[in-house]
Amino acid sequence: MKYVSEFRRGDVAKKLAAEIARLAIEPMKLMEVCGGHTHAIFKFGLPSILPPTIDLIHGPGCPVCVTPRDKVDKAILLARRPGVLITSYGDMLRVPGSASSLMMEKARGADVRMVYSPLDALRLAEQYPDKRVIFFAIGFETTAPSAAMAVLKAKAQGLANFAILSNHVLLPPMMKAILDSRDVKLDGFIGPGHVSTIIGTRPYEFVARGYGKPIVVAGFEPLDVLQSILMLARQIRDGRAAVEIEYTRVVKPEGNPVALRALGEVFEPCHARWRGMGTVPASGLRVRERYAAWDAEALYPDLEVSSEVEDPKACECGDIVRGAKKPWDCRIIGTVCTPQTPIGACMVSPEGACAAYYKYGRLQVGHKQPAAVG
Amino acid sequence: MCLSVPARVLEVHDCHWATVEVGGTSKRISIDLVEAVSPGDYVLLHVGFALQKIDQAEADDLLALFDEMVQADERPDWDDERAGPSPPGSDGGPPSEHSVVRAAP
Amino acid sequence: MGGYRLDTSSLPRWVEEPRPGSLEDVDLLQLGCPAPIAESGTITLAHGSGGKLTADLIQQVFLPTFRNPLLEKLDDQAVFPVGGARLAFTTDSFVVAPLFFPGGDIGKLAVNGTLNDLAMSGARPLYLAVAFILEEGLPLGELQRIVASMQQAAAAAGVAIVTGDTKVVEKGHGDGIFITTTGVGLVPEGVEISADRARPGDRVLVSGYIAQHGMAIMARREGLDFDVELESDTAALHSLVAAMLAASPDVHVLRDPTRGGLASTLNEIAQRSGVAVVLDEESLPLQPEVEGLCEILGLDPLYVANEGKLIAIVPPGDAEAILAAMRAHPLGEHAAIVGEIAAEPAGTAYLRTCVGGTRIIDVPAGEQLPRIC
Repeated sequence: MKYVSEFRRGDVAKKLAAEIARLAIEPMKLMEVCGGHTHAIFKFGLPSILPPTIDLIHGPGCPVCVTPRDKVDKAILLARRPGVLITSYGDMLRVPGSASSLMMEKARGADVRMVYSPLDALRLAEQYPDKRVIFFAIGFETTAPSAAMAVLKAKAQGLANFAILSNHVLLPPMMKAILDSRDVKLDGFIGPGHVSTIIGTRPYEFVARGYGKPIVVAGFEPLDVLQSILMLARQIRDGRAAVEIEYTRVVKPEGNPVALRALGEVFEPCHARWRGMGTVPASGLRVRERYAAWDAEALYPDLEVSSEVEDPKACECGDIVRGAKKPWDCRIIGTVCTPQTPIGACMVSPEGACAAYYKYGRLQVGHKQPAAVG
Repeated sequence: MCLSVPARVLEVHDCHWATVEVGGTSKRISIDLVEAVSPGDYVLLHVGFALQKIDQAEADDLLALFDEMVQADERPDWDDERAGPSPPGSDGGPPSEHSVVRAAP
Repeated sequence: MGGYRLDTSSLPRWVEEPRPGSLEDVDLLQLGCPAPIAESGTITLAHGSGGKLTADLIQQVFLPTFRNPLLEKLDDQAVFPVGGARLAFTTDSFVVAPLFFPGGDIGKLAVNGTLNDLAMSGARPLYLAVAFILEEGLPLGELQRIVASMQQAAAAAGVAIVTGDTKVVEKGHGDGIFITTTGVGLVPEGVEISADRARPGDRVLVSGYIAQHGMAIMARREGLDFDVELESDTAALHSLVAAMLAASPDVHVLRDPTRGGLASTLNEIAQRSGVAVVLDEESLPLQPEVEGLCEILGLDPLYVANEGKLIAIVPPGDAEAILAAMRAHPLGEHAAIVGEIAAEPAGTAYLRTCVGGTRIIDVPAGEQLPRIC
C-alpha cells in the first residue's frame, strides 16, 4: 500500500534504532500525546527495538477514553428517547457511562448505529425525516472539522432533524497542563501528526520557547515514529528545543486553513473535563450559539446526568496519563482493571496507555520488562 | 487518535465529492476540507473526509533519506569508527533537510 | 475565522471559572469509575464472540458441570473409539446476520462449519444432522434458498443430511433463523490431531488469505459504505486435510480460525499445548483489498473471522512437504508457513512485527469494532 508499506521497512527500522541507540546515552523521557501513536508504538513492537534509555510515556491522547462519563450518559439518555437515532464511531459504542453503554442500550432496543463518518449520520437524517438523528461527535482537532462540515452541510440542506452531541478536546492545552505538572519530567514530545495536519505547528511553539522542550511532529508508521525519536534525540543531545516536522508529507506549518475555517465557524473554545484528568482550561470545543439548532445539548437542555463520581481509590490513571507512573506501576492493572472490566480512563479504550500495554506490551520478548501481569 | 490512511483519488465529481481508493477498496468521500485535487493525487482519508493532499515530493525525500541510510552502512568507507566523512543523516554530518525547523516565525 | 488561537480571556462568564493551570489543582475526583459491565451476572453479547468471555463461560459454567475427559480436551470435536474405528463427533450453532452475504449464506456456513470441525480432527465426514429454529414471519422463499444452499454444500462434500428437527419461535425472538448442525466422521488410523500436541520447533502453517470472511461481512455492514469486491471464504476443508495427511500423517494440530480469528485460535493452542506460538507478520497471506479495508477501519486482521481456512502445526521436517500438498489443492493455493512454536513464554502467542519488534497477540475481548483513534 502506497505511503504505508514503504514506511514499514524492517531494514530501515533497524538502522534508525541503531542510530537512536548511539545518541541516547542518557535516559530520555519522551511523551507521545496521541492515542494513535500509543497504538502504533505497541502494535509494531517498537519498545522491543529501542534502547532502554528511550523511555516512552503515554499521554492522555485518546479522545474516546477521555470523554467524560456524564457525556456518555447523555448519549445514553438520548438513545433511550423515542424517535431518536443515535449514531457513533465504533470505538465509542463500548465505553461505559455510569451504568450502561451505547452498545448495551442497543441490545435493549435503542436505535444505536455505528457509522464510519459524520456524513453517514447526515445521510441517515435524510433517510429518516421523522427521526432525530444525533451524531456523537468526539475527537481532537483532527476530527472536529469533519463534524463541523456535517453541521454546515445540514444547515445548507435545511436538514432540521440532524444534530451533534459534541465532545471535542484540544491537545495543546492538555500538553501545557502536563508540562505544568510538578511531578512529571519530560525531555520531549512526539507531536500528534494528524492533529497538526489541521492546526499546523504554531500552537506548539510554547513548548519549545516557554518550556524549553523539543517537539517533533510525527507520522504514524513505524519509520515515522522512529525517525521522530531520532530527531528528538539529536535535539536533546545538541541542547536544542525546537518545533520540527517529521511528517512533512502532510503537516505544513500553517496547517489546513480550510479545515480551520470550518472548525472556527461552527465551534468555539470552552473549558473541558477530561476523564482521568479533571478540568483542563480552554481545552474543549462547543457548538456556537448560531448553530444551536444542530447542537444536541441545546436541543435537549434537560438531560439529567450526574457528574458526581466516587473516587476509586485504587485507580492510578491520573498519575499514568501525566506520565508520573507507568501502567505496570498500577496496583490493579491486570487483576481488577482489565479491558473487559475497565476501572479508569486509561483502560476504557484500546488506545489508553493501560489498554495498549495490557493488550500488546505485557510481554516484550527479549526486552527488559517488569514481570508480566494478568 | 486520528486514524487516517493515504488514499488515491480516482475521480473528482465536483468541488465537494471525489472517489478514492485504498488498496482495492473505493469510497466516495468529501473533499470540502482540501484545496483542489485531481485524479492520481493522494489524500489523507479520515472519517470520510480528505484532510490534506499528500505532498509526494516530501514523501519521496524522506524515503530517499531512508534508502541512503541503509546503503551507507553497507559501504565499507562509512565506518563510524574511522575518521572521515559521515554518511548523511547520521550524527556529525550536516543536518538533513528534515532537521530544519519548519515552524512559522 | 483566521488563525486558530485559544484566547481564554474572551470566554463568556457563565463558563465555570477554570482551575489554575496545573493538574495538581484539578479535581481528580473527576476520575470516572465505570461500572464493571462484566460483573453484572448476566450473559452479554460479548460472551458469544469467541474470545475471553466465551472461554470464561466454558471454564466456569460448562466444563465443571459436564466434566469428563473427552470434554476437557476442549477440541472442536470429540474423538472416541467405537468398535475397531474412531469416530469424530461435533456440533455447532449458527446465529448469523445478515443471512445472505457475498460468497454464501447461513446455510452454507452451517454445513461447512461443522464439516470443518470434523475435518480438524483429520476425520472423513460421514453424516450431518440439522436443527432449525425459525422465527415466525420468515419468508418461505428465504428458507428454501438456505436449505438449497445447505444441500449444495453437503453434496459437494459427499455428505448427506440424515436427520433433523424444526421449531418455530415468536416473531421478535430470533434473527430469522438459527441453525445447529451436528456431524459425525471417521478418523483414519495413525492420525492424532489435538490442540495439545504442538511442540517446540514445530512450524505453523495457514492455508491461505486470512480475514476474508469477517471483512466481507464488515464491508456490507450497515453504516459502512465501502465499495470493495470481497466474498466470504466459506468452504469445506476435509479434502485439503486429506491431501495434507497423505503428504504426512504426523500433523500435530489443526484448527479453523473462525470467530476471534487467528488470535483466538493460536492462544487456545498455546494454552492447551503449554507452548509459545510465534508468528511472523511479513509471512501472513493477506489480500490487498482486505489489507486496505483493515487499514481504513483500524482493524487487525489477526482478530477477523475466517470460514474456509485452517491453521496446521506440523513437525519441522514435514513442513515443506505438507505445504506443497496444500498449495497443490484449490483451497490451499496461497498457503504459507507463518511461524513456529517455541517453548517460552508458555501459553502465549506473539508476533514478530514487520520492523523486527515483538508484541503479544492477546486473546480477543469482544467483537473488534472500527476505531477512530
